[in-house]
Amino acid sequence: MPTKPDVAADQSAAPPADALIEVADLKVHFALRGGILGRLAGRSAGAVKAVDGVSFALGRGEVLGLVGESGSGKTTLSRALLGLVPATSGTIRYDGRDITNLSEHAMRPLRSKMQMVFQDPHAALNPSMDIATAVAHPLRIHGVAKDRAEIDRRVRAALDRVGLSPPDQYLTKYPGDLSGGQKQRAVLARAIMLGPELLVADEPVSMLDMSVRAKILDLMMELRRDLGLTYVYITHDLATAKFFCDTIAIMYLGRIVEIGPAEQIYAAPQHPYTKALLAAIPEPDPTRGVPRNLPRGEIPDAVTPPLGCSFHPRCPVAFDRCGWEGRDLRILLEQHWLELPVEQFTAERAVIGELEGLDRPATDVLLPAATGHTGAEVAALLQEVRDVHPDDPFWLGVAETETLSEGLRVRFHGGTDPALYVTPVEHVRAACLLYGS
Amino acid sequence: MTGVELVEGGVPAPHPDVLECDELRVWYGTPRGPVRAVDGVSFSIGRGESLGLVGESGCGKSTLGRGIVGLLPAGTGVDGEVRFEGRNLVGLTQSELRELRGPGIGLIFQEPMTRLNPLMRISHHFAETIRAHEPSAGKKEIRTRSLEALRGMGIPPTRFEQYPHEFSGGMRQRIMIALVLVLKPALVIADEPTTALDVLVEAQILEILADLRRNFDTALLLITHNLGIIAEACDRVAVMYAGRIAEIGEARTVFVEPAHPYTQALLASTISLRTTELRFIPGAPPDLSDPPPGCRFHPRCEHAMQQCRRNEPIDMATTAGRVACWLHGPDIGQSAADREPLQREEIASADEA
Repeated sequence: MPTKPDVAADQSAAPPADALIEVADLKVHFALRGGILGRLAGRSAGAVKAVDGVSFALGRGEVLGLVGESGSGKTTLSRALLGLVPATSGTIRYDGRDITNLSEHAMRPLRSKMQMVFQDPHAALNPSMDIATAVAHPLRIHGVAKDRAEIDRRVRAALDRVGLSPPDQYLTKYPGDLSGGQKQRAVLARAIMLGPELLVADEPVSMLDMSVRAKILDLMMELRRDLGLTYVYITHDLATAKFFCDTIAIMYLGRIVEIGPAEQIYAAPQHPYTKALLAAIPEPDPTRGVPRNLPRGEIPDAVTPPLGCSFHPRCPVAFDRCGWEGRDLRILLEQHWLELPVEQFTAERAVIGELEGLDRPATDVLLPAATGHTGAEVAALLQEVRDVHPDDPFWLGVAETETLSEGLRVRFHGGTDPALYVTPVEHVRAACLLYGS
Repeated sequence: MTGVELVEGGVPAPHPDVLECDELRVWYGTPRGPVRAVDGVSFSIGRGESLGLVGESGCGKSTLGRGIVGLLPAGTGVDGEVRFEGRNLVGLTQSELRELRGPGIGLIFQEPMTRLNPLMRISHHFAETIRAHEPSAGKKEIRTRSLEALRGMGIPPTRFEQYPHEFSGGMRQRIMIALVLVLKPALVIADEPTTALDVLVEAQILEILADLRRNFDTALLLITHNLGIIAEACDRVAVMYAGRIAEIGEARTVFVEPAHPYTQALLASTISLRTTELRFIPGAPPDLSDPPPGCRFHPRCEHAMQQCRRNEPIDMATTAGRVACWLHGPDIGQSAADREPLQREEIASADEA
């Protein structure tokens, strides 16, 4: 990962005129509790590296899109920005001030400047609280309104601002009386109540109907223009982000894998993962058909991420240095068996012993022969797999194999963990070895 | 399986329809009066054909999907006919319907996490499913059939003995689909099957659904609010508005020349990478306990005419299928005054779905 001075140097290429948020090498790790025996013995069960060395700067009035799948760490990152989860290391600066791991007491006044909008507007509103009370809540919590008349005036103004007008129609309604879009408007009214500078919006439209999404996005853009808001927009959908964001950061397993101006990212995506995300978006065009050749599998477990580049097991253009390892061998075998009739799979599976030995990060592994079978049989089987899938990038990662009596030893080329490298596209950096030395 | 065999190359021979809905009505009793969630819907699905059903929240699309298989709360009114392979399902007893659900009509819902038993191995789920409908099925047969079904969904056979928590959300949804397909239903009803999933996983599931016909000879009713999903997985599309079908037809044609103003508006509001401008449909779908008179879409329609406020539109044939909109006739009986544009009432921006 780039160290702090690197980051500063990199960002000087496209300096935000007036940075509101600066994040440097932020890490948020969650320790696993493990079993009771392990805890008694004082063993650590490891940690989920939800955010693992993220750096960016966000200028005042700009919109940053944090894009990634479930488990990419985008939500944890946004919560860390607001001090809702403690940072393990790294710094978060707000308006030049270091706010990393501030105490709740010190953080409280800042909260009026930083607000959050959640994905599910139904869960974000108390069902037994009418809209007037819910929207007025921030005023009471921060004790900023003098009297009832002022609260009432400000609530009406906020409702009017988000399009819930005339406000009289909504003040006494309960969340259950409102549609999804109206609830999200009420949530936005509550969020702008204290005149925030930063709004962190976590999938604000993904629970809404297609026909309503545009309206809420439109409203958010209006609020940005009229109130000078800065946004962090979190989503898994690059289509909505396209309309809204100045900068796009693509996240994968706790890291930013591509970052740059939105226009460039959409016009010329550099990271294979970004390309896949763009190709997967459904297009209302029946002549296009289903996108094929998507990355196989899903985002891996963040407790023991893949070696080298964490995207390599799913990457269509991976090569020898991307971090091939034992777990990839298991994936390959399973993929191969998927294509066989059940009897043939049963026969082949019988040749190989337990596969669980492959389930840890290692570049030197033994593919064991089952009892009654030999390493030579395992070697022959793997050769057969290779003949069926000669173009799988996996084979580029195999350095050598050695036939032993108890199985086949497979050694892989060591991988390199990619940093955010400069790409041929101006201001765009990507964590992919295609662009690194 | 009964019915017509596919000819070589996956092109269906002239087939009888696997499902025909005829003037289907479903209504719920509420303190405000009956809510007509499905109000006179007719359509058919051919053998091995996929039909996408699209509409906004509250248009009755999920009720329609559940109504077909009789999965409605007690006290719900149902009228009309639902013929599955020629047999009318309306009025069947719960136990007759239960026998049919699974081997006849399979169901896929959203949120796959909540539908697998966390204490049961995947193999056990399959054994239970198959035995419930075919008590005589042998162990070996169950294993072979289950592995074949899982294989079609890209779940490696090595994971057959694992528990649900060992799979990711996308894999669990694929296991659910395999559990449905292992009984070889003639029709699968999928209600928002990808809503809780990420884009890449969604695309993987859509690929599977789009291939159902080729791999399993199964007809599909795919219910969603996203036209993009239908474009990728369906042969035909039905657009539902306020309990009725506004337009139905061959997908390729409907997406290029949408006939109904509502279909046009839905298409324009779908956000995709090709979208150049954010567009939305003004107003909200109507309250189904008191729908507007005439064409139910007229208060939100930019082409509304005097006629639309008074009379219900008549189904008219289009190149793709049929549409219920006065713009498409019939011309007989429409006077010049009928075709005068309708002044739309001001719609508050927040009055929305």
